[in-house]
Amino acid sequence: MNNMGSYAISKDNDGKSIWKFLRAEFKPKGKFFTPFNIISLPVILVGFVIIIIRFWKGIGAVTNLTQEVPWGLWIGFDVVTGVAFAGGAYVITFMVYILNMRKYHSIVRVTVLNGFLAYVFYAGALLLDLGRPWNVVNPIIGNSFGTSSVLFLVAWHFLLYMIAQLIEFSPAIAEWLGARRARKILSGMTLAAVIFGITLSTLHQSGLGALYLMAKGKIYPLWYSEFIPVLFFVSSIFAGLSMVIFEGSISHKVFFNQISEKNHKAQNNIIHGLSKICGGTLFAYFFLQVLVFVHGKHWDLLNTPLGYWYLTEMIGFVFLPMMLFVYSYRRKNILAIKIASIITIIGVIINRLNITVIGFRWDAAVHYYPSWMEIVVTLAVIFTEIWIFRWVINRMPVLRDSPAWAKDVK
Amino acid sequence: MKIDRRNFFRVVGVTGATMTLGKEIFAEPKNANEPEPYGILFDSFLCGGCQTCEYTCAEIHNLPEPVDAPEIGVTRKINETRRTVVNAYETSEGEVDVKRQCMHCNEPACVSACLTQAMFKTKEGPVIWREDKCMGCRYCMISCPFDIPKFEYNSPNPKITKCDMCYDRIQEGKIPACVETCPAEALLFGKRSDLIKEANKRVHEFPDWYVDDIYGDNEAGGTGLLYLAQVPFEDIGFNTGIQKSSFPELSKGFLYSVPFVFVLWPTLLLGIHEATKNNHIKNAEEDE
Repeated sequence: MNNMGSYAISKDNDGKSIWKFLRAEFKPKGKFFTPFNIISLPVILVGFVIIIIRFWKGIGAVTNLTQEVPWGLWIGFDVVTGVAFAGGAYVITFMVYILNMRKYHSIVRVTVLNGFLAYVFYAGALLLDLGRPWNVVNPIIGNSFGTSSVLFLVAWHFLLYMIAQLIEFSPAIAEWLGARRARKILSGMTLAAVIFGITLSTLHQSGLGALYLMAKGKIYPLWYSEFIPVLFFVSSIFAGLSMVIFEGSISHKVFFNQISEKNHKAQNNIIHGLSKICGGTLFAYFFLQVLVFVHGKHWDLLNTPLGYWYLTEMIGFVFLPMMLFVYSYRRKNILAIKIASIITIIGVIINRLNITVIGFRWDAAVHYYPSWMEIVVTLAVIFTEIWIFRWVINRMPVLRDSPAWAKDVK
Repeated sequence: MKIDRRNFFRVVGVTGATMTLGKEIFAEPKNANEPEPYGILFDSFLCGGCQTCEYTCAEIHNLPEPVDAPEIGVTRKINETRRTVVNAYETSEGEVDVKRQCMHCNEPACVSACLTQAMFKTKEGPVIWREDKCMGCRYCMISCPFDIPKFEYNSPNPKITKCDMCYDRIQEGKIPACVETCPAEALLFGKRSDLIKEANKRVHEFPDWYVDDIYGDNEAGGTGLLYLAQVPFEDIGFNTGIQKSSFPELSKGFLYSVPFVFVLWPTLLLGIHEATKNNHIKNAEEDE
């Protein structure tokens, strides 16, 4: 134990060397021809081909972006929406490590893993959208700091938050590798990483909204206000938690055998607890939206096609799920909670797209619609993320309990 | 009184007033240490829509020659192959031609949006784009209230293109090419404050021919391009609803809050963590 490292690893993994262990781990596990694989593999392959074309011929060869609408699906959905859904990680770590709500401890790892992968892949998708990705290091190293830019802030926070999330998740990797000393050190860093991570999340969740502050006059007035950053931050709370509820429900079916009896039983209790927070934050968000609307004095715009669409969003995808969360929390109706979380997820997608794509330069002569290639690449990114997620879940103690040796060292 | 361009020149000649300035006005800087930015004054009363500026711009920037001409009812747009266009508008005063290009704002949205300082406001006034710094994120395009920066979508090594007020030439002591070649003297290059004085002078000396307004004086916090016209600016394709304060101002509140959050949040979070340390014991009891 004293000379850690490979010794400890080889010892913990039935005396096998670390390389043999890793080689065995990298082999696929389980059935190959599952419905998910059959659907996702072709999409990933086509997506890969499209990405090659994109770097060979330029962004215009695969996207429908215009000079008026320079950010399309890859930014509006992959990055802006994806990051909102990854917000579950900072909310859950806040509840467990800051508020000490231990009830939610069993979902911390899977939520952080989801958040981490979301950031890695959505930041990755960002590289596809950069016209000159070889200069991506300029805001990080060198002498080209555009410190007055909100995007500069967001870029740094993405990077730092990914590191913070990796630290938060790293004990699971250490347990997988059987690295006891490393696990002890890394676990000791969790609280610091959590505090740092929540601070970063507050700033870049709102920062993604703040990116659009200078687009005044380009976004349909019903969706533009100086409060976009606050609205983005508040909505990231229920967006993240709804994703936790939704994703948790699927994981509990797909990875059934990984989850202990105790955690299976606890799951409904967790969902029930989260529904209360979702309902509460949705109420706060709805209230804010009403204030912003009244403040904005755009009553006349309600009686337009985009005005109806705005009302649909506010009533159908904010007010309705809010009521459903409150109702199902009171009745302890788990199914209704899950339905409410799905409506909320759709609502957040609609909201982010309304600001970034649908309501952005709504008055432009040429409207932007994503090309099929943009959609395929987006799906390919999501599917690849799920593949990696599954790979990790099947190997590391994320859903399943930590090995016995890790438990005594709390 | 109806007056055409020829008459106007005659009047000017008779009154011997302002148009003898040539194509640039240089005043002694008030403070040599603080160079005042340059700008360009465009006078739509003098512009005949001949497109010489377009041809000159294309020539010196190695861009394709213009293939179409200003036409009433058609709004020609700048794009990645042309950095300036002249548009014709039918107005109460007859046809009015307007040249458009980058406004070279005093506080440009694109510059404050750029996270790599690729968009850069030079001390001479021009807003330029620097190839070695840009990562192609196109946030400048999102932010620019005038929709000026354009992107080469169909290139694997794309550039952001826009008018740079011929920054190279200015450094050599020359004036922008379009100003130099304009045969109607509709363009005037000089220190921005001198141009505003000159514009005001023209408005006051010929109140019948100009609307009493300078576009760019305080639009978007003031721009390097200044416009005089004989009709209200909304009639000739200008966005007159644009805010008068600078666009970077819009995200300043958010950026200023960042250091506060960075100091307050960790302290607050740590405090809550300490305060709730023993809560789980109570919660565990409740859950039983």
